[in-house]
Amino acid sequence: MDSKQLYQEVILDHNRKPRNWGTIEDASHRAEGLNPLCGDHIWISLRVADDKIDNVAFEGQSCAICKASASMMTANVKGKSVAEAEELIREFREMATGRLDVATQPNHLGRLRVFAGVKDLPSRVKCAILPWHTLHAAFNCQASTSTEGDEDPFVGAAS
Amino acid sequence: MSAVAKRAVSEGPAVDFDVERIRKDFPILDLTVNGKPLAYLDNAASAQMPKPVIDRLIGYQTREHANIHRAVHYLSETATAAYEGARGKVQRFLNAREEREIIYTRGTTDAINLVMHGYGRKFLGEGDEIVVSQLEHHSNIVPWQMLCGEKGCKLRVIPCNDRGELLLDEYVRLFNERTKFVALTHVSNALGTVNPVKEMIATAHAHGVPVLIDGAQAAPHLAVDVQDLDCDFYCFSAHKLCGPTGIGALYGKASLLEKMQPYQGGGDMILSVSFDKTIYQVIPYKFEAGTPPIAAAIGMGAALDYLSEIGMANIAAWEHQLLDYATQLFEAMKGVRIIGTAAQKAAVLSFEVAGVHPHDVGTVLNEEGVAVRTGHHCAQPVMQRFRIPATTRASFAFYNTMGEVDQLVAGVERVQKMFC
Repeated sequence: MDSKQLYQEVILDHNRKPRNWGTIEDASHRAEGLNPLCGDHIWISLRVADDKIDNVAFEGQSCAICKASASMMTANVKGKSVAEAEELIREFREMATGRLDVATQPNHLGRLRVFAGVKDLPSRVKCAILPWHTLHAAFNCQASTSTEGDEDPFVGAAS
Repeated sequence: MSAVAKRAVSEGPAVDFDVERIRKDFPILDLTVNGKPLAYLDNAASAQMPKPVIDRLIGYQTREHANIHRAVHYLSETATAAYEGARGKVQRFLNAREEREIIYTRGTTDAINLVMHGYGRKFLGEGDEIVVSQLEHHSNIVPWQMLCGEKGCKLRVIPCNDRGELLLDEYVRLFNERTKFVALTHVSNALGTVNPVKEMIATAHAHGVPVLIDGAQAAPHLAVDVQDLDCDFYCFSAHKLCGPTGIGALYGKASLLEKMQPYQGGGDMILSVSFDKTIYQVIPYKFEAGTPPIAAAIGMGAALDYLSEIGMANIAAWEHQLLDYATQLFEAMKGVRIIGTAAQKAAVLSFEVAGVHPHDVGTVLNEEGVAVRTGHHCAQPVMQRFRIPATTRASFAFYNTMGEVDQLVAGVERVQKMFC
């Protein structure tokens, strides 16, 4: 694994032109995600109606891996049910931490598989996972989440 | 060596510095990373170890090891002599008056905690003020905050300007009758600023206030003379000086060390123990409880010998050339900003690449074989001062080359091409 494989064009593109950038005024769920060790800091807002995510947006300051992950995540979960999104969150986390081999094991990750290589860069795993942590926190009406300490919803599971 | 490498230095002695010969002493520098020759530019975090130090560690473990200060047998005497011999090397390295003014610690952090506990907890009380600077590493902030929380003391901070230089007028104004301690870094780890500590120590002494100098970044880069500085405490870590991790030293004036309370209790720091009364050892042993990292201490001594043989003045001069060359190249690049532009700097180059997060910079540079540090460098107040979350930091050692600076610059250009 090297960064040439990690920084594929699709990631660089989502970093340059993040999709669903901004905030939703009439959001039903919101959460803030922080990676205190590197300063990645994002906010996610979404609207759930009839158990469907009919809108989702994010903004903040972060590295390219985090921003592209957030951008692709929002594009992927829009239109899905909360349960489907939670399943994607689980699969993404398993992939990023090397417990899901996307080449051999069934999954719903699709283009999100470009992040598979992050598992070989332990210092960057949290960058990729932060948006998914934050989305999970939003679903659970948790106002903020962090990749460190007690606030981490996946503490003990994702490291 | 490139033509640039041979140009005369503007300050310090003229150097005929054979960096290629020196590099042969460092086996790790031959590594390739991601198919590229390693350019190790993370020396401010930890320096690499030369063969003579590695050999000394092996020699000690192979032929000399036993516990120290204990037994009458041959190996214990041998180990004790080597261990105490290393204390003498530290004394000479810092130009301390006496060997007993040198206390072995686990490193700089441990040394600062020792002074916080041994001096701070004994002599500071409610309302007393401790002066630190904006440029401190967390290790010279957090122990004093802990003391403040416990004793009701107050932390006062010396601000810095946009170049990363401390504002000495503001420093002078911080002193009042409640000022009881100054804890100050000699060289900023995040920016490279060399603080005018001699002058600042004199100011504190004029108010009767003792000063601790965090020398973690200074000791590897310049000749330190604790008598000339007249500091009350000075500390450093061996692993930043080409020595092992887990060992460092605290210098303290004997008169102060004698007044201080022990840091930890245990074996080796006592003269006698009964359930009624324990009598502590004299300094430095009073502060050295338990079996120490004997091999590491001996390795530190070997590292100081190695550096002294090259000469700290030569090391400083070569590192200045590396810094000057890197600074010139970075200043010529568009979209790159150097953070920390003090007039007096050690060989640290902290920078931002416009529009690219430092962690992306670091990951791409790693792909080019270039090892740098990215993040807040355990100096979050510095990052807050410059309103940035993190920087990318290249830090040079005397075994780095102008070619490695070029490799860094080429890597940053590739980062810009990828992300912009």
